[in-house]
Amino acid sequence: MKSTRFLALAALLGAAVPVAAQVQLNGAGATFPNIIYQDWMLTYNQTHPDVKLNYQSIGSGGGIRQFSDGTVDFGATDAPMGDSAIAAISGNVLHIPTVMGAVVIVYNLQGVTQVVKLTPDVLADIFLGKVTKWNDARLASINPGVTLPAADIIVVHRAEGSGTSFAFTDYLSKVSPEWQQKVGKGPSVNWPVGLGGRGSEGVSSTVSQTPGAIGYVELAYATSNKIQFATLRNSSGNWITPTLDAVTAAAAGAMKDMGPNTDFRVSITNSSGAQAYPISTFTWLLLHKSYSDTAKARALVQFVWWAEGEGQAKAPQLGYAQLPKDLHPWIEARLRSITAGGRPVLKAAE
Amino acid sequence: MTDFGEGTGSFPRAMTSLPIEGSSRRQSLLGADRSDRIYRRILTGFALALPLLFLMILAVLFVSALPALRRFGPSFLWTSTWDPVAELYGAAPMIVGTLLSSFLAILIAVPLALGVAIFLTEFAPRWLRQPVAFLVELLAAIPSVVYGLWGVFVLIPFLRTAVVPPLKAVLGWTPFLQGVFYGNSLLAGGVILAIMIVPYIAAVSREVLLAVPGSQREAALAMGATRWEAVRSAVLPYGRAGLIGAIILGLGRALGETMAVTMLIGNRHDIGISLLQPAYTMAAAIANEFSEATTNMYHSALFEVGLVLFVVTVVVNAIARILIWRVARGAAIGSRAL
Repeated sequence: MKSTRFLALAALLGAAVPVAAQVQLNGAGATFPNIIYQDWMLTYNQTHPDVKLNYQSIGSGGGIRQFSDGTVDFGATDAPMGDSAIAAISGNVLHIPTVMGAVVIVYNLQGVTQVVKLTPDVLADIFLGKVTKWNDARLASINPGVTLPAADIIVVHRAEGSGTSFAFTDYLSKVSPEWQQKVGKGPSVNWPVGLGGRGSEGVSSTVSQTPGAIGYVELAYATSNKIQFATLRNSSGNWITPTLDAVTAAAAGAMKDMGPNTDFRVSITNSSGAQAYPISTFTWLLLHKSYSDTAKARALVQFVWWAEGEGQAKAPQLGYAQLPKDLHPWIEARLRSITAGGRPVLKAAE
Repeated sequence: MTDFGEGTGSFPRAMTSLPIEGSSRRQSLLGADRSDRIYRRILTGFALALPLLFLMILAVLFVSALPALRRFGPSFLWTSTWDPVAELYGAAPMIVGTLLSSFLAILIAVPLALGVAIFLTEFAPRWLRQPVAFLVELLAAIPSVVYGLWGVFVLIPFLRTAVVPPLKAVLGWTPFLQGVFYGNSLLAGGVILAIMIVPYIAAVSREVLLAVPGSQREAALAMGATRWEAVRSAVLPYGRAGLIGAIILGLGRALGETMAVTMLIGNRHDIGISLLQPAYTMAAAIANEFSEATTNMYHSALFEVGLVLFVVTVVVNAIARILIWRVARGAAIGSRAL
């Protein structure tokens, strides 16, 4: 009696054990790439049912924190980790760019149908609170033929820390020494003027409801919500309308400053490419240089490599810019350097 | 060894030799005693769980805020720079913003809510009482993000076109209405908070007024008072402790409300007493900035803001208690429930 029950139990347990071992990979971080990450994970899981991926978009700061604490297998961030944060985990991190985005300048000028043009210095002075009227002489001189109203400029920025703010303030720090000195760059900064909106939707709704307002949101958000945005003058002196191609051009332009041994913690704002949109940015996955669990590490690196290759094709339709093709060998070299238990995770032939 | 074995063996035998009836009664008494004891312990546990939770929250806030407490000291409370890049943090604008927006909300909501409660208990025709009370209480069921959206798309345009211009024309000389009205402002935040807390204050006030004995009204009316005089001189004073309690309940809600406020108040780290200027509250700042607080000091500073909010709420509630005790000397109704 007893032995038959035992046998039945054993058979039951045996049936519950799957044939191939399931690998569960958990990640957390930036909200900006969430849409494409979820899409990638869903698509990847269809061809690799043994790999279960889970990504929580809790924000870049939370992603870095959880990655550093080791509660997730990979992190994701819109702003690269600082040197002190990397030192705190003994340098055991790789920044792998996945896709790119751009920050566009949105505004609310009733009765103005032409697209407003902005130069870096005027943009910085608007956000510094030094250019306060739409009919300011400097704005008028770069927008000939556009009748700008005598309205107050109402600056709207993100209230919460965000990668969008990081890219935007990083750009302003590059083009304006005064901004660099007074405000600096970061996911959240001490804004000299303006209102804070919560999230992209907070900024865009405040801009759309406030006559004379100017703000900044992600390109994907602005295009999907059909919000008008400004044309910017880039470092080569060309007027650039933000498009996904102009963003990819920014990364291509920045590549010569990076070099093949880059850790990818580079900013591609104010890039030198002739057709580069100046406020472009990478978003990164955070991977460890060395993992303890070989099966997990292998599955993770294979997924990332898939995302960098096949996965890129999905980017434009979801509103993200693809990485330039020339960047792939550099990323591959970085992925090949990942080890588990002291040995490389990817075999040489893969 | 053998002694021990013998002892245990003999014990049950001694038990069975007891009269059966007596033994069962004893056992049931023993059982009742034990279950009573367990019952008491569980209840004590329940009763202690909440104070314990309170202390644990306080402890976690304090420990997490410690780096910021050490670095900035008490000046955290009165400096107004909030600069995550330079790692300089001061919470004064948020403390002032929290208190001002809640105060403004109370200023608007109390007359409105008391008016509703008095109307519903004293003046409304009977068929109107239940539907109106129900609708007012329904306001409390609306999620705060919906209030926020409504505020952005309805309230702010309304304030901009219909409220602020006449207000400025009459009271524009006061320090409370200086500057340009952008929409998102202390005024918008205060008004949305007022709308959100009206149902709470109105519902509790109505209960309090309903509990005032009819003899109070009859006595006043018998003295020749009009209905309004009866309400003012007999009903309201009788229920004043309960009414203050209702207001404090609303104030507590206003202090901690986050989502609708952050969507309307402008989220600006600035101290000003002009209602037209953007401001910030502690709850909104924590909700906004916590997820992207990348450095430890930033993290810690936000925890300290949480600690300050916690203390402010406790202090406000303590003051409210003292106020109620003072007023309730004598046997005003509602005082015991609060």
